[in-house]
Amino acid sequence: MARVVVDVMLKPEILDPQGQAVQRALPRLGFAGIADVRQGKRFELEVEGPVDDAALARIHEMAETFLANTVIEDFTVKVDGEAR
Amino acid sequence: MTARVGVITFPGTLDDRDTQRAVRIAGLEPVSLWHRDKDLKQVDAVILPGGFSYGDYLRAGAISRFSPVMEKVIEGAREGLPVLGICNGFQVLTESHLLPGAMLRNNHLHFICRDQKLRVENADTAWTSDYEAGQEISVPLKNIDGRYVADERTLDELEAEGRVAFRYLDGNPNGSLRDIAGITNAAGNVVGLMPHPEHAVEPLVGTGRTDGLGFFTSILKKLVNA
Repeated sequence: MARVVVDVMLKPEILDPQGQAVQRALPRLGFAGIADVRQGKRFELEVEGPVDDAALARIHEMAETFLANTVIEDFTVKVDGEAR
Repeated sequence: MTARVGVITFPGTLDDRDTQRAVRIAGLEPVSLWHRDKDLKQVDAVILPGGFSYGDYLRAGAISRFSPVMEKVIEGAREGLPVLGICNGFQVLTESHLLPGAMLRNNHLHFICRDQKLRVENADTAWTSDYEAGQEISVPLKNIDGRYVADERTLDELEAEGRVAFRYLDGNPNGSLRDIAGITNAAGNVVGLMPHPEHAVEPLVGTGRTDGLGFFTSILKKLVNA
């Protein structure tokens, strides 16, 4: 079974207070040198059957209508590993 | 016979009983609707109450938006059915694209629960006609995903068309852009806000004020005069 990964991130112009809280905690924990952190969501989809253009188009549609809210978020779809 | 107002219960809804009670106190008949219902039982208006429908999984309101009852609500809203979304209900309305923008985690990351002063900016909607434009009211606010965001163009459009229905006063509680607490659609039949008018309808409880009652008397007037 092939795996398709959908990454969802807040659009760059949208404030991400959760990412900021992580970033602010880093120096205290001894992790220096991180200027910015943005937090997002990753969906791993195990696809039944071939991951062809039609399957990817459906996944794209799924991401656009459900997995991401495109008012505030961007998403990327990629096939995991060599499977394709 | 008085007008009938549907109150939707999703799995995880919390404020359906309080909302039904507020509807009854205003002199309307509350009708319980379930998220799986495929019809709206011929109600004259619908309220989406607060809570954490579907545990806020994915995004607040994102899964409820695809429930069977919402198909009918979206259809009805486009034809002029009055719809009010409170808190989680507001989040469902933005996820449904019945109202523009989206709700995100409060900028300070804390759950907030307090009385909140608001200014009624638009007293011409189906749900606000019993207020005066510019009137200041105080109702409870309780949420963690209450930060209203939309792109600049949408915000300018909302302001220009008078569609910012409520604004936070005395400090912005969550980082909402332009202090927006609630908005309306262009037709004025769909209104959403984060604070809770249904918790401020009786002097005995809450703020001791009944500032929220106007939402329910507004819709009563609209439906009875219709």
